[in-house]
Amino acid sequence: MFVELNNLLNTTPDRAEQGKLTLLCDAKTDGSFLVHHFLSFYLKGMGRIDAGVNLTVARERGQLVFLEGLKSAVDVFFQTQEEPHPLQFLREANAGNLKPLFEFVREALKPVDGGEARWTYPVLLVDDLSVLLSLGVGAVAVLDFIHYCRATVCWELKGNMVILVHDSGDVEDEENDILLNGVSHQSHLILRAEGLATGFCRDVHGQLRILWRRPSQPTAQRDQSLTYQYKIQDKSVSFFAKGMSPAVL
Amino acid sequence: MAAVASCGSGAGSTGSAVATASKSNVTSFQRRGPRASGTNDSGPRLVSIAGTRPSVRNGQLLVSTGLPALDQLLGGGLAIGTVLLIEEDKYNIYSPLLFKCFLAEGIVNGHTLLVASAKEDPANILQELPAPLLDDNSKKEFDEDVYNHKTPESNIKMKIAWRYQLLPKMEIGPVSSRFGHYYDASKRIPQELIEASNWHGFFLPEKISSTLKVEPCSLTPGYIKLLQFIQNIISEEGFDGSNPQKKQRNVLRIGIQNLGSPLWGDDICCAENGSNSHSLTKFLYVLRGLLRTSLSACIITMPTHLIQNKAIIARVTNLSDIVIGLESFIGSERETNPLYKDYHGLIHIRQIPRLNNLICDESDVKDLAFKLKRKLFTIERLHLPPDLSDTVSRSSKQDLAESTKRLGPGCGMMAGGKKHLDF
Repeated sequence: MFVELNNLLNTTPDRAEQGKLTLLCDAKTDGSFLVHHFLSFYLKGMGRIDAGVNLTVARERGQLVFLEGLKSAVDVFFQTQEEPHPLQFLREANAGNLKPLFEFVREALKPVDGGEARWTYPVLLVDDLSVLLSLGVGAVAVLDFIHYCRATVCWELKGNMVILVHDSGDVEDEENDILLNGVSHQSHLILRAEGLATGFCRDVHGQLRILWRRPSQPTAQRDQSLTYQYKIQDKSVSFFAKGMSPAVL
Repeated sequence: MAAVASCGSGAGSTGSAVATASKSNVTSFQRRGPRASGTNDSGPRLVSIAGTRPSVRNGQLLVSTGLPALDQLLGGGLAIGTVLLIEEDKYNIYSPLLFKCFLAEGIVNGHTLLVASAKEDPANILQELPAPLLDDNSKKEFDEDVYNHKTPESNIKMKIAWRYQLLPKMEIGPVSSRFGHYYDASKRIPQELIEASNWHGFFLPEKISSTLKVEPCSLTPGYIKLLQFIQNIISEEGFDGSNPQKKQRNVLRIGIQNLGSPLWGDDICCAENGSNSHSLTKFLYVLRGLLRTSLSACIITMPTHLIQNKAIIARVTNLSDIVIGLESFIGSERETNPLYKDYHGLIHIRQIPRLNNLICDESDVKDLAFKLKRKLFTIERLHLPPDLSDTVSRSSKQDLAESTKRLGPGCGMMAGGKKHLDF
């Protein structure tokens, strides 16, 4: 979790809003640091972690359910499965729908009846939705999946969703554009990490555009948008206004 | 960081050069590394694997790509469990050389090789590998070591010394004597080395003749066969940690040539919206899944300049870990450009992964060129020649100014405009 980014977004782990969909988008750069931020942000918000964020511990405690696509893909591909597997679509010639995947998500996020609640509200973090397109699922099927997830997670369970989608930029990937547009119209907050237009720079790794939206209401008020530039360091990311990089000043 | 854990637990064994380089605190992203039999260690303890070293940045286990200059650009080497994708140059002249250097490095280090090709028989590919550069004094020792290779104990430390023939212009840090070797492109690798090595070949025309009994799925049959072959080798030879009785761990180097070309049965190079447009991306995804759970590293060469649908190239790039593009000057207008007269082509590092870390070892220099001299393949930083004389003619200055515009961003030189200002 990057404290500077929390300040920019005006949130803290203990008083984060619920029922929100956040879209992370990266164009010509690597947006994985944003995923890292949100992962540790929400884990911190669970309130029971002592110092730092430790994924193994979180997983053991049941707070973090991890579907590792790569490993599951190998299992699905090489062994015949009896019961429906979340990544069933990999075996199908024409990838139908992502229903098994949704069922898995729904099962995982169901609050446990009785006993201690695992979490105050569930968070679904999707690292890289664009990979689903590469695996043969159609853009409409992916949008359906997101819609179902949103209905369950954001509305029914009052949780949050964070999705990462790659922006292909000037390469014309129609399916990806459909997906990106579809998800951005449904999201409350869009964080867009872009590489600098002038090319690679050692001191400024990219630019982050933050856009707050209200998808349910028509655009009566203008959406608020901010732009910052950032530099990624070993353990954190520092943000500064455009042109105000410490290397320049 | 299970990848380092498997190597780090052997730190107490004899002669191990690998210290526990991993940080003790867990970073927030855990790489699912190869799961070694760490729990029941009643058998022989793990020894460090020849030809590997941990990365200084994130503790990942690295292998050399066969070109020390390229290792330096990639932050030390190729991490185990990752895919190195090489976008072939237009006439496929230089990418086979990188491919062969990778395989030759595997033979020299005693790694197991898996060579897959649809065009050439892997046995022929191995015959054409470049010879490692040796110091004359130690050549006798080297020969002896080769004959001793069959005995299981002694093949960990092969005493191969190399000599710097021509120092590449890139600054190279101290290279361990067991990591990274120089190769002589004009000579063939000695036959004894090939025979002493453990390799598996996948030649598509041979494998595809048998009838295929698998349910229809949108991967082309060639890819399915290749994935099954790779998975068989990994599980049979215990690269995924499934066979704890094996005495020593080894690395599997996989090399796949011309992936995506029509010879593999894929039509992405022929048609823009073919019937199998997801075949290649699915293959890469499952392949990466296999690699992440085993001690292997993979090099793939792909003729991306032939792929009709540019969106597929973007997806393929996202699905690979390291992507390097080779652009040769042959046949292009740059061949006669005075700026490039010493070089054979440009090398573009398009993507480097961030494994277990927020940042990666991106090199500051983005203008890199390669040249194949009589023996060596070198990668150098491209820079403008100094303009020293007073009487340089105006036309040549114009040419240089035009050339500077074509340089990629990141070059620190001033790009001159069309007018030349005299001071």
